[in-house]
Amino acid sequence: MSRMKLNLGPQHPSTHGVLRLILDVDGEKILGCEQVIGYLHRGMEKMAEGMTYLQYLPTVDRIDYLSGFFNSYAYVTAVEKLLKLTIPERASIIRVLLMELNRIASHLLWLGTYLLDLGAVSPFFYTFRERELILNYFEKISGQRMMYNYFVFGGVRHDIEYVNEIMPIVKTIVEKLDDYEKLLTDNPIFISRTKNTGVLDREEALAYSITGPNLRASNSHLDFRSQSEIYKKFEFKIAKAEAGDCFARYKVRLEEIRESSKIIYQAVDILLSSGGEYNTGLNPVNLNIEAGEAFADVETPRGLTTCCIKSDGSGTPYRVKWRTGSFYAVQILPKLLTGNMISDIMAIYGSLDVMLPEVDR
Amino acid sequence: MNYLYCAFIELLAKYNFPEGLALIIFPLLPFCILALGLLIMVLFLVLAERKILGYLTQRKGPNRVGYRGLMQTVADAFKLLCKENITPSGADKFLFTLAPLIAFIPVMLVWGILPYNAEFDLMSTPANLIFYLFLAFMPVLGIFLGGWASNSKYSIIGCVRAIAQAISYELPIAFSLLGIVVLSSSLNLSQITLAQSSVWGPAKWFIIPAFIGFIVVFISIIAELNRCPFDLPEAESELVAGYSTEYSGMRFALFYITEYSMMFANAAFIVVLFFGGYLSPFGGYLSNIIFGDSLTANILVYFEQTFWFLLKTFVILFLFILIRATYPRLQSDKLLKLSWTILLPLSIINLFICMLIKAIGGAM
Repeated sequence: MSRMKLNLGPQHPSTHGVLRLILDVDGEKILGCEQVIGYLHRGMEKMAEGMTYLQYLPTVDRIDYLSGFFNSYAYVTAVEKLLKLTIPERASIIRVLLMELNRIASHLLWLGTYLLDLGAVSPFFYTFRERELILNYFEKISGQRMMYNYFVFGGVRHDIEYVNEIMPIVKTIVEKLDDYEKLLTDNPIFISRTKNTGVLDREEALAYSITGPNLRASNSHLDFRSQSEIYKKFEFKIAKAEAGDCFARYKVRLEEIRESSKIIYQAVDILLSSGGEYNTGLNPVNLNIEAGEAFADVETPRGLTTCCIKSDGSGTPYRVKWRTGSFYAVQILPKLLTGNMISDIMAIYGSLDVMLPEVDR
Repeated sequence: MNYLYCAFIELLAKYNFPEGLALIIFPLLPFCILALGLLIMVLFLVLAERKILGYLTQRKGPNRVGYRGLMQTVADAFKLLCKENITPSGADKFLFTLAPLIAFIPVMLVWGILPYNAEFDLMSTPANLIFYLFLAFMPVLGIFLGGWASNSKYSIIGCVRAIAQAISYELPIAFSLLGIVVLSSSLNLSQITLAQSSVWGPAKWFIIPAFIGFIVVFISIIAELNRCPFDLPEAESELVAGYSTEYSGMRFALFYITEYSMMFANAAFIVVLFFGGYLSPFGGYLSNIIFGDSLTANILVYFEQTFWFLLKTFVILFLFILIRATYPRLQSDKLLKLSWTILLPLSIINLFICMLIKAIGGAM
């Protein structure tokens, strides 16, 4: 085999959506890579300009459909800042609880599909079994499995129900996590495929604006949860690894599931022991928003998501801008892939946890 | 075999067929049985794999077609038969059609070489071990041609991987087999089987002296079969479907049948080499214990031998499926490294151990 161009995607079994990679390969070695995005562009930002604030609310869940609560949170918080609204204590705890559950669900899905990319079939079904528990719970409280539309301006739609069911779910997941570790962490094939592949050092990651678990696996402790107001009440550690390779990213994500479970335990305790309002009772239809600008950010499973809204005082946003973590993770692909083998593409690309609807918006 | 032949002639004479016809038909019968057996085996092996994988991954597997999904693969095969055979426009049409056949035809021969019991041993030539090795390599040529003729980049990468893998894993297998040949002083599969017989059942099975050889052969055969964790030529997450990307319909089905029948044949090959082939694991045969030394017992022994042979093979096949459910795929460069730096030296060590054992055994 001599030098050739290999077109990977946009329809390919393991690009998890529609990423196109134009690879310059010599045999199995990758000499260059160009990434093409935009196949899933839905005009999420432009769409907002023709909608009222309330109409846009259900669509933001679809920006990253695996972590809908986070997008909702960013948008809702930005609007609340424009309205100069403070939300009740209970509402913010419910939001934290649901977001952390969502983080676990998202990481479980990542683990399953990543192992599927590496050629192991079984973990996919195991992680989906556990993720199902969380999705069933979400369905119970919001009526939806993925597009929740549960956060509203000034709180949450309904008071949270079935709080007692959360503890057993999270306990099961954390127990099963040890099973996954038995299957994977010491597995020589898994280690040989992930250790020392796709090494991303700290300076490079910061230069490319990588955030989230990908950055924390590269010896950084940057987690926007630690600066966030609503996480102040909770005690948790920031998962971190030093190596910056695929294995480190795997370890960070597993560790994050464990830390999220701790936050959930604390949140459930607070919710069970205290009552209070879950909503400010604001009428969301006729929002009286003055001209101005506000932004809110949130640490999603895939990095920092920021929603920036500019209002001109009318009923619709003048401009909405989203910043999502996966977009930056795609940008670093050529750097990580060049020099590796074709069989490393999926090991590296999968480990970055790129979510294409979030990239293209 | 003589009384079976006589019985067959009598049966034909009863219906007024000439004796000459029996002379022609009789030698063909075992091959017909074999072809039928191959078809049934492949259909149910695919189903078994899907079922076992299903239960290992918290699912039920196929359970809609027929009783508990028993007819699932039959339905799938029928669907593949009905599908259109698509040839890509840039493909080499002749080779593209020929490749599945090249892969499939040796498989029939491979099945004929294996000794299923003391009598049903169709191609018992003095050196059929070497013939087996040669034929077991042939499907890779079909894969290579198919990938090449497809004129697709994914197919070409897949087929190059297949050929690299086959070449590097053929050597450890050959070196490990040398150990067996030394131990049994024969190149004939039946003789190798009989060399493992003892009244103590598994006491003289070659897995005990040649344990390292067994490990090497087991790993290499999984690699040769392109099965997980060595399924690089058809790695679906990287190469879509590898060498078979452009194949559809019956041509694809032929590759599929080749894969699964080679899986059975190679599992049976491991059984012959290391687990005493058709020999009973308890030393004596159950039919001899019940019926004594009568004609009934003599006939039943053959069935019993086939039963043991299949049972041992199924255990190996189950291990193959279990491994597929457990491990991720290897990288292509590490795959070759494993073969040349670990398995090949191990197989040479195994050869020396076998020679030492043989020398000590001969001296005693």
